[in-house]
Amino acid sequence: MYSFDMTSEQKMLVDTVHRYAEKMLRAAYREAEESAAAPAGTIRTGWELGLLPAGIDAEYGGYGEYSALTSALYLEELGWGDVGISLHLLSPNLFALPVALFGDNEQKAAWLPRFTEADFPKATAALVEPVYQFDPNALATTAEREGDSYTIQGVKIYVPLAQNAEVFLVYAQEKNRTQAFIVPAETPGVQVAERVVMMGAHALPVYTVNFNGVTVPAGNRLGGARGIRMNRLLTVSRISAAALAVGQARAAYEYAVKYAKEREAFGEPIAHRQSIAFMLANMAIEIEGVRLQVWEAAWRYDNREDASKLAMLAKQAADKMVLEVTDNAVQVLGGHGYIREHPVELWLRNGRGFAMWDGLIIG
Amino acid sequence: MTIEFKTPDEIEKQLHQVQIVAENVMRPESRMLDDSEHARPLNFVHMMWPQMREMERANLEASLRRARNGSDSDNGAKPKSDEPKKPRTANLSLVHMIEMLSWGDAGVYLCIPSSALAGAAIQAVGTPEQKERFLRRFTEGEPKWGAMAMTEPQAGSDTSNIQTSAVFDEETNEWVLNGQKIFCTGGKLAYAESDGLIVVWATVDKSAGRAGMKPFVVEAGTPGLKIVKVEDKLGIRASDTASFVLDNCRVPADNLLGESGAKSGGETKGFKGAMRTFDATRPIVAASAIGIGRAAFEFARDTLAKQGVRMDYESPRWKLTTVQADLLDMEIQLCQAWLLTVKATAMLDSGDDNKLMASMCKVKAGKAVTVITQKAVELLGPLGYSTQTLAEKWMRDAKINDIYEGTGQINTLIVAREILGYTRKELK
Repeated sequence: MYSFDMTSEQKMLVDTVHRYAEKMLRAAYREAEESAAAPAGTIRTGWELGLLPAGIDAEYGGYGEYSALTSALYLEELGWGDVGISLHLLSPNLFALPVALFGDNEQKAAWLPRFTEADFPKATAALVEPVYQFDPNALATTAEREGDSYTIQGVKIYVPLAQNAEVFLVYAQEKNRTQAFIVPAETPGVQVAERVVMMGAHALPVYTVNFNGVTVPAGNRLGGARGIRMNRLLTVSRISAAALAVGQARAAYEYAVKYAKEREAFGEPIAHRQSIAFMLANMAIEIEGVRLQVWEAAWRYDNREDASKLAMLAKQAADKMVLEVTDNAVQVLGGHGYIREHPVELWLRNGRGFAMWDGLIIG
Repeated sequence: MTIEFKTPDEIEKQLHQVQIVAENVMRPESRMLDDSEHARPLNFVHMMWPQMREMERANLEASLRRARNGSDSDNGAKPKSDEPKKPRTANLSLVHMIEMLSWGDAGVYLCIPSSALAGAAIQAVGTPEQKERFLRRFTEGEPKWGAMAMTEPQAGSDTSNIQTSAVFDEETNEWVLNGQKIFCTGGKLAYAESDGLIVVWATVDKSAGRAGMKPFVVEAGTPGLKIVKVEDKLGIRASDTASFVLDNCRVPADNLLGESGAKSGGETKGFKGAMRTFDATRPIVAASAIGIGRAAFEFARDTLAKQGVRMDYESPRWKLTTVQADLLDMEIQLCQAWLLTVKATAMLDSGDDNKLMASMCKVKAGKAVTVITQKAVELLGPLGYSTQTLAEKWMRDAKINDIYEGTGQINTLIVAREILGYTRKELK
């Protein structure tokens, strides 16, 4: 059947995450943005929600089975709260979920239990490269096998929380295919360089990391001999990113609606005018359209259908939609929207980011 | 409950059959019926009638059964808790079918013999007796059509400005209708070419505005109604779009839909009833739009694939050619419009208030297919613009979906009022 109601478990989870987003993320977002750091307490509380362990098998200390749909539902709430802090909170997922998806038994047993513990795990991933037109399926970073080890050579940017990371999942080109390698931070040749400042999402510190002839044992290739399927990973990532984008857009839309009903011009609220009201109506329609695309892609993924096409369509739609909606929110607020007292300018900057974050959000 | 995106097996099966009709009966005559504007798609009509008759029967029986069980009407009724839990899928099945029929040919689909919009109005506000009296005919005999007449020369989107009047004649116990109606889809088929009927909206009290508007059933051949014109149109040319004049057209008191004890008609659900009909019909129009859009998209995609332009669902956007990016955007718009439509329909089936979603899907679908079909013509170049393919016809056909059953602007207005919690006075 077609139905659009969450299960009661999903509703409870979404409510919990929404409360966290409202009480913690919304309280901290501006200072986090200006100081370019997420408050430790907010991250701690967020980690205590247990969102990641809920997607890790009980065998490895988690308490669940990964569901892209359930993730999408709570990611919308996180995106609604604050994208920057949420990306910080989700950084360990960039390591854990690919391991859960593709890791061999040994790798899973070695790494996954670390993501079910009380402390925020110091693990991240290095995917994006310093180029103008990035393609996760055509990386400049290379991995070459020599005997029982791999040597990795390349430069990455947008490596979240690299400064404190103890382990990286490094994506590299191996014989024309993208593969992933587990690289402990202390491995010789790993050099965390300068922090990269993005247009938005400053609460997420991202770094340039150099991998200069970094050698790891062959056993560190994720998935062992079978390796990974990048497009499967990107499918999950695209669903997650699109869900987060829906949340960001919803935040901007709700803010604009409230403002337009309060702000008076020419003797009545500006929302009384079709030029404003129609913008808001179209924002609502676009958000709902993408939300349903995300849900469908997620549902098909969970049902083991090939969701790669739908995930791509949802992600592309979300990239465009979130930019339009956040831009319209600034426009509805007019001059006030351009002032940093209101959040919409930040949301527009975040909104522009989604198209560039392919593979950088996995929830 | 749970979130789910699975087309029920029964619907899949039905769809398969409808696709065969669309491919083998509709498409081969598409161009011909577009060229000879007022010809009737008789092959299609006779092929569909037995199936439509059965559908009408099922709908009527279900509605009468619900009435006996005490729930109030078709669209808004929550199932009683002691009824079996099987979810209703009548509307879901309908939008799937209409999407596929419109993929075949939207103009021809509009000639489908059924109670159509008249049926929707009768189901929404009619009493059980009226449903029996007016809808039974659609379950038996020869093909019949129902039509609804709302629009007038001076009242399009502004339906409260309707001038057609209904005056009660105490002596004969009849309503006397006077006025003029235009843009009545299937009007001639319903009134003059079958034993069907037209639901005519008229005002019993002009000073009362919307509250004075009531739906009246005018049966085929009733004296006083005259079809004066059948329109020549941009698209959906196979569809019959009639204008008629009501000149002292008399119908029995009981032809006023709803609990019509009061002669003023004051107790009927009137205008609100019409508006509730839209909750059911807007997703249908959206589905029809999407069918045309899908036809155009698939044709453009498959034709261009033969030219070496393939869809690319993996590469980042900057690696795509503009043609690939356009095709991707067309598919995105179709996906969104369809999902919104399915959601609006599922809500209708489960008895939830779907007014907002119904308008949302209509706005989205109307706009999406207008752009998609225009784009298809462009992407196909000179041959796309020529009448050698159907692309140009689909572009002409698609446009109506952003106009009828509430223009894109009217539906955007409804969405805006709903999300802002505004009345018609606050947001004009």
